[in-house]
Parts: sequence; structure tokens; C-alpha cells
Amino acid sequence: MGRTKQVSAIARQDRIGLLYVAPFFVHFLLFGAIPIVFTTFLAFFNADMDLYYEFMDTFDPGVLGNAFIGFDNFRELGTDPYFWLALKNTFSIWAISTIPQLIVAFGIASLLANPNLRASVFWRTLLMVPNITSVLAVAIVFQQIFDRDFGMVNTLLHYLGRGPVEWTNETMPSHVAISMMIDWRWLGYNSLIFLAAILAIPKELYESASLDGASRWQVTRFVTIPQLRNTITFMVVMGTIGGLGLFVEPLIYGGSYDGGANNQFLTMTLYLYKNAFLNMRLGYGAAIGVGITVVVILVSIVNFLITRRIASEDSK
Amino acid sequence: MATPTLNLPVSAAAKPVKIKKWKRGTVSPGTYVALGFMVFLSAFPFYWMFVVASNGSDAIAKIPPALVPGSTFSDVVQEINDMVPFWQSIYNTMFVATVISVFNVFFSALAGFALAKLRMPGKKQMLTFIIGTMMLPAQLGVIFMFMVMSWLNWINDFRALIVPAIVGAFGVFWMRQIVDSQIPNELLEAAKIDGASVFRTFMNIVVPAILPASFVLGLFTFLGVWNDYLWPSLVLNDSNRYTVQVAITALNQSYVINYARNMAAALLGTAPLLILFIFVGRRLVAGVMDGAVKG
Repeated sequence: MGRTKQVSAIARQDRIGLLYVAPFFVHFLLFGAIPIVFTTFLAFFNADMDLYYEFMDTFDPGVLGNAFIGFDNFRELGTDPYFWLALKNTFSIWAISTIPQLIVAFGIASLLANPNLRASVFWRTLLMVPNITSVLAVAIVFQQIFDRDFGMVNTLLHYLGRGPVEWTNETMPSHVAISMMIDWRWLGYNSLIFLAAILAIPKELYESASLDGASRWQVTRFVTIPQLRNTITFMVVMGTIGGLGLFVEPLIYGGSYDGGANNQFLTMTLYLYKNAFLNMRLGYGAAIGVGITVVVILVSIVNFLITRRIASEDSK
Repeated sequence: MATPTLNLPVSAAAKPVKIKKWKRGTVSPGTYVALGFMVFLSAFPFYWMFVVASNGSDAIAKIPPALVPGSTFSDVVQEINDMVPFWQSIYNTMFVATVISVFNVFFSALAGFALAKLRMPGKKQMLTFIIGTMMLPAQLGVIFMFMVMSWLNWINDFRALIVPAIVGAFGVFWMRQIVDSQIPNELLEAAKIDGASVFRTFMNIVVPAILPASFVLGLFTFLGVWNDYLWPSLVLNDSNRYTVQVAITALNQSYVINYARNMAAALLGTAPLLILFIFVGRRLVAGVMDGAVKG
């Protein structure tokens, strides 16, 4: 009896924890949920800044009523060739940047995992340096390195007797150049994530593999990689969320919201900002935002299905 | 607003990794060559920023191009400061980033402690919800947030940067993992028996134990704010209020790209972080690895 009383007193005392988590939830409501709901709402209006100011001055619902256009913004989005081009470009850059990066990061992590490696902290720390650099600074440097006439890459190609590559004006080369910016910033970081995961693999697995006389390749293929499934899934998921929001690199690289002269590297988020903040079509920008969210959800579902399939294969 | 780097401490519970020797052997020279090459690739852009910045904008067209630093770096720095108040922008960014980091660490630690150790209804659901919010695309809410900021008259006001960023899902989740793995329950029970209030227990027992992890979270927050470009560029248009990233892009308004000036600005804007990294780099690396998803 006394014990129950004591426990419930403690539980009651613990309720104060609700106060401790309150800042997050209140903050999320104000700066996360409400903006998202309202932006979605805005997608049904022919809204610009003038409309917004008019409404804020008068609070007259009639102002909004006149601007209500139903699904028109979404209809426009469905047939907008720029949006579909942006979607294609975004996925292309995502694939070109992610797949080679994961392979190389795994290679670097394998080298770093060698227990006899000297100065291992030194290597790890230096590989992290690109990650603290701002996306903007990275984009500026790579813009110069990939300059058609004066860039380092084309200068090197020139000495090798190859013609200049149109790193900005052609679709594929521009996607490669932008992918290099992303990879330069994230390669070392992802190598460290792989390294942490490799070091966490139980050593007994390696011992028994070597007793069985497995070759180095076989150890990698049948011991290391299967043990890294969650890590790889996690990297792909986070890389996808980051990749679908790609924006600063193409903005700086092309110097405008167009994503190149022929929109060859226009991305979805770039197109959102161009409409909302350059053309001041807030309503249409909001519709693009909803479109991006739908894409993110679809990709997340695919990710989830693949992960579940891998997990169930694991348990077989 | 500031999205911290993408490490999710899903298994922060795992102890700091100790290297155990499982195979006797040597390291092939090829390993060092490969790692040396990677370090060269990591460092080269910084060197190149300085080379281009210090050689003047004409030098770039020379064949062969200059490969060593020139002598005009101070001139280009002067030029930058004539165009935008660059030192002011560094000060602004330091102020905003420090304020956000302190708030974020405090609120995250408090919420993380509650979610890890206190008996509350709906704790599991709250945690799932918090993780879920991390998946939301940030760009969706920006249009409305911008409208609110202009309605509040917070354009060119640092509150427009600080208030939306004082606590975030990433920090709360990170701190929950840390408190969960680093504070033994017995310690909290003992404090309770001694009659300490929940907040006192938090301040006297939890906070000292999680200081190193808080420091890493603070660093990530600071870096995220320092490097954020999108949101500050929308709510700041008075050059005395610029953050570093906005100041760098403000230099790049003409149609002809001035590489020397751009590279100098990029270097100046990164230098404070590089200096910081000299002192905290090892802890940052340890933080990234502790927070990695393993398995």
C-alpha cells in the first residue's frame, strides 16, 4: 500500500517532464506544423505578396475568397515542363553523387579500420575538414575549378590533349560538377560513419571467417557488407532527403535561379524559390512545395519497402 | 532552420569504439598513398582559394595558371570590405550562432532528459513523433514563415534567425540518446531518495555528466547556423545585418564573375571555422562516430 503511494508520488513528480518537453512541441507547432499547413492551404490561392498584405491589413475574408482558385495551381504544376525537368535533374544529380560516394567512402573506411594504421586520429580528423566548410564556399571554389576557360580541370585536360568539357552548359557534365561539390563535402563524413560501423562489428565474426580460410574479398562480401545494412540504408535515406532539397550548389554554380542557360541543372527546390521569391507567385511556389513533399513521401515508401525486404531476407 | 549534419545517434548507446587487434600484420604503403591522396583532395580547395584570391582577377587568364600564392590578398580583402561590411557580418554570425547553440543545447538537454528518464504518459509516441518531424522537407514551410516574419516586422532583425532555431528535433533526439546511455538510473533514484527535486537532479547530476556531448551538439548547431544560407538570405537585406554567407553572395551580384574576390570571401568566411576546428576537430570526429548508425 505504502509502496504504491510512493510510486505514484514519484510518477506525479515526474509529470513535470511534460513541462520540459513542452518547448519543443510548442516550437514545432509554431515554426513547423502551422507553416506547413498554411503553405499547403496557400497552394489553393492565386497568392502574391500584395494579396497577403491586403489580407493582413483588412482581415477581410472576401480578399481571400476572390483569390481562391481551387486546384488550378496543381493542374498547372502537372503540365509544367520545368517542374518535370527539375524532378529529372534532381534525381540525376542525386544518383550521380550518391552511388560512387558510398562505394569510395566504404573503401576509405576499410583502410582506416586497419588496426595497425599509424596516426589514425590524424587521418580521421583531416577527412572531416570539408564537412565544416559551407556549401556556399564549396560551390564558389568548384565553380572556379570547373570554369570552361580558366578552370583547373579543363586546363589539366588540355595538357592531356583533350578538348574543353562544357562543365556548365551541357547537362551531364554540369550534373557531374555539382555532384563533385556534394561528394567533396560529404565523402569524409560518410567514411567516418562507415568506419564507426565497421569497428562495431563483433571481431568473432572475422576470427571464424579467417579460421574457415576466407579470402579478403570473401570476408568483405559475406561478413562486413551484410553487417552494414542498417548503416547503408540510413545513409541512403538521409542522402535522399538532402538530395531532394538540393538548392545552394546549383544556385551558386549557375549564378541564378534558372539552373543554367537551358535549365540543365534546375532542381525542384530552386524552382520553388524562383516562383515564390523571385516571381512572387507564393501560391504556385506553395504548390511546388506540396509536389516536392509528395515526391519525398513516395521515395520514403520505396526506401521503406526495400529496407523491409532486406530485413526479411536477413532473417531467412 | 539550420539543418545540422546528418548524423543520427540511433545507437549512441554503443560504447566509444576501441580498436581491438584481430589480425597481426602491417599496413601496405598503398594505404598511406591512398589516404594521403584523399587528404590532398580535402585540403586542395582551401589552398586553391588562397592562390586565386591572392593573385588578382587578371592572373586567372594566364597560361599556365598561377599555382602559388601571389601578393594581392590584402588588396582584395580591402576591396571586399569596401563593398560589404564583412567583419561586421562575421560578428553578426558569431552572435546569432552562439545564442542559438546555447538555447538549443539547453532545451534539447531538458527535453532529452525527460524523454529518457522521467515517467510520463505517451513518452514513446512523443519520441516517434519527434523522429518523424525530421523527415519533413524544410522548404515547405518557408513561404509562410517568410510572411510571418514580414508581418512581425522581423525582417533584418536577428530574432528572425534565432527564434525559429532555438530548439529542434535533431537536438532533442540526440540528447535523449546521450542521457539514456550515460546516466545510470541508480544515480537518479539516489537523488530522489535524498529528496532532490526533478530540476535539481537535472542541474546537479545530469548536466555535469552530459557536458561533453552537449559541447558536440553545440558545435554542430554552431556550424549549421554559420553555414546556413537560404533562410538568412530571405530575411536579411540590410548589409549591416548580413550573416557571413549572405555577405559572400552579396559580392557576387555582377554578371562578370570576379573569382579572386569570391574566393577571398569564401576563404575569409571559412577561416574562423578552420581555426575552431584546430581545437575541437578531434571531439567533432568522436561525436560523429559515436552517433553513427552501427550494424
